[in-house]
Amino acid sequence: MEQTNADMQLLVSSSPHVREPDTIRGIMWQVVIALLPAVAMSLYFFDLAALKVYAISIAAAEAAELVCLKMRGRPLAHAADGSAFITGLLLAMVLPPGAAWYVPLVGGVFAIAVAKHAFGGLGNNIWNPALAARIFLQFAYPVQISLSRWPAPRVLWGAAHDVVTAASPLAKEGAAAPLSYLDLLLGNGVPGCIGETCKVALIVGGVFLIARSIVDWRIPLFYIGTAFVLTWLLPTGAHARAWSADPVYHVLAGGLMIGAFFMATDMVTTPVTRRGRIIFAVGCGLIVSLIRRYGGYPEGVAYSIVLMNTCTPLIDRWVRPRIYGSTTPKPVPREA
Amino acid sequence: MATDVETLTFRQGGVHPAEHKERTSGLPLEVSEPPAEVAVLMVQHIGAPASPAVKKGDRVSKGQLVGEAQGYISAGVHAPVSGTVKAVEPRIYNVTGARVPAVVIENDGEERWQEGLNQPRDAERMDASHMVEAVQECGVVGLGGATFPAHVKLNPPADTTITDAFVNGTECEPYVTVDHRLMLERTEDVIDGLRLIMRMVGAPNGWVGIEMNKPDAVEAFGRALADEPAIRVVPLEVRYPQGAEQQLITAVTGREVPSQGGLPLDVGCVVHNVATTLAVREAVRLRRPLIERPLTVTGDGMERAGNFVERIGANLGDIIRRQGVREGTNQIILGGPMMGIAQGTSEVPLVKGNNCIVLRRGAVVPPQRHCIRCGRCVDHCPLGLMPGEISIACEERDWDAAVELGMLECKECGCCAYVCPAKRRIVHLIKFGKSELRRRRAQRKEGG
Ligand code: SF4
Ligand code: SF4
Repeated sequence: MEQTNADMQLLVSSSPHVREPDTIRGIMWQVVIALLPAVAMSLYFFDLAALKVYAISIAAAEAAELVCLKMRGRPLAHAADGSAFITGLLLAMVLPPGAAWYVPLVGGVFAIAVAKHAFGGLGNNIWNPALAARIFLQFAYPVQISLSRWPAPRVLWGAAHDVVTAASPLAKEGAAAPLSYLDLLLGNGVPGCIGETCKVALIVGGVFLIARSIVDWRIPLFYIGTAFVLTWLLPTGAHARAWSADPVYHVLAGGLMIGAFFMATDMVTTPVTRRGRIIFAVGCGLIVSLIRRYGGYPEGVAYSIVLMNTCTPLIDRWVRPRIYGSTTPKPVPREA
Repeated sequence: MATDVETLTFRQGGVHPAEHKERTSGLPLEVSEPPAEVAVLMVQHIGAPASPAVKKGDRVSKGQLVGEAQGYISAGVHAPVSGTVKAVEPRIYNVTGARVPAVVIENDGEERWQEGLNQPRDAERMDASHMVEAVQECGVVGLGGATFPAHVKLNPPADTTITDAFVNGTECEPYVTVDHRLMLERTEDVIDGLRLIMRMVGAPNGWVGIEMNKPDAVEAFGRALADEPAIRVVPLEVRYPQGAEQQLITAVTGREVPSQGGLPLDVGCVVHNVATTLAVREAVRLRRPLIERPLTVTGDGMERAGNFVERIGANLGDIIRRQGVREGTNQIILGGPMMGIAQGTSEVPLVKGNNCIVLRRGAVVPPQRHCIRCGRCVDHCPLGLMPGEISIACEERDWDAAVELGMLECKECGCCAYVCPAKRRIVHLIKFGKSELRRRRAQRKEGG
């Protein structure tokens, strides 16, 4: 059937008239997919305790997203773009498996309502919402987060560990003998936050995102690389534990992996240039090393990223790509 | 197929959109029947508009000057058919959408050339300035869409040295295949045109840059240039915007055209696309004014796609109706999909710069969201700008910030918006920003 001109309703739009298929929604749900291996492992290690935290955290984040979108007069469909889901998911992954029900609830709402929408919503937030909420909870419920007796993780093989008395293999006191590299890599019997213990699963997800061009490889590489070098070279104090100067242990224990692959790579809160991202990642590595080596806190990943998030606008101001032709001298002066 | 050929390319940014060239790249150029009526616009080029040289009722011959160039950076326009001037009235210029004066000629079907035009002459005896005059006389402008008057480029200031002359055979925009066809069908003429250009600008080196999605063209030129050491064919990576002058020059010579208004001649280069090179040749060798141009007609809304030689001033609507418009067609793009202009009506006259008509079905503008700072636009901008931030500055009407971020350098290639997952209308905002800034600067000049 041919058309006459009269029935043609012409779409007038600005070039380019073709677009790459990638959308925000597509990117966000791919991040969720990338997190699934780690989620699956965490459900094995921590069982229903973890499931409860996931459910509450995600539900709280999505509910807060809907309310905020409604209040701000934004399309409610944005709640399905996956961004709030990721925030809820990531928050749960950095909470202890034994957290009381109100901890993920308050955290999820804080992440979305305060750390995200109060700053103008997706794209405008300065801090990674999940990490901002994690730090908020650290202050709001210090006992819940840091000192409670966390449930012991299930093991893949070997004897079950006793109920551990430390939140993390990086704790400065209390923990038993350091775990083997292999245990750390697999998360076998490793205490810690829900989603951070199985490094293999996190690496698999991270590599998937790098392959999909959703994550810039520079960030995990330079973040982990800097932390590795510095925890190796920085002098240790007098009361250092046996693993203090072991960079491999630092990389494999604690939240560095999940932070480097999934949190320091959050697009919104990291620099937009490649060089800027390298500076960002090196800064994260520096801060986490200093905190672990000289601070009173065993972890430091969350703080390092949130601190560098704060520096991101500055980095984007200072570090820009070289403009094409700006270094070529103009032989003939001419009026522009 | 020569897939193992080493290709050159530019340094930063770029994208690779679906090419959609296979439908027309194998179809030879066909010369269309001249239309019964043409509307020749006085604005078909960058620079001062031409001024009508005929009036209603005049009889004109084919090739006769009907619009006189106004000043040096301007171009004359010529009668594409012989016949009678029916009117001098405003018509839509399909590049800007504005109405501009046009000479409307009723075709008498006689195809009667003006005396002295379209006659072979001995170009070997012409000197450079004579040849440039011929190009100027024939109203040749850049036919890739830029429409910059060719004689200006071919007459570099006395204190510049041109070392390299290019035929730009990249044709990096999706869908467009006319240059490809010209390179296959008129290889020798393209080379001849390049030789003339090299003589005009005094360039010792000639280059024919071709993207490797046209291996047959690379081969054809390789064969034809086997004994010609001064001219080389350069296979280029298939990467948009390889055909932008700056990117082509950098790919081949490693030089970068200076920013802030620099021109290719600042780095000793002159670039013309394939169709322009042929138009230059015809101006010099035949004294044939630019009255027709090759055009790809394609897209999923087009019943019969092809490559055609059409008269300037032909009505776009007549061409697409002749080729058949499929049901559901809702967009007409003149030019390629990366930089072309979507038309509000099909009833517009063709101008010198139109190289392609793309008819699309079910075209939609994706909903735009806030920038998520993914940085893809930065990574893909071939000029090293911060497109997302420029677009935000334009939205906020913060012109100082926009300029500082490089807005005025932007060539509107569209790579940034192409890759943006938030579907931001970056190029639209930049175009708006540039025109606002121009308006304000003009106002300030008047006021102060
Ligand atoms: S349109 Fe402009 S800002 Fe966008 S990629 Fe092209 S040159 Fe860069
Ligand atoms: S590509 Fe789009 S979403 Fe990403 S930084 Fe650029 S403007 Fe923002």
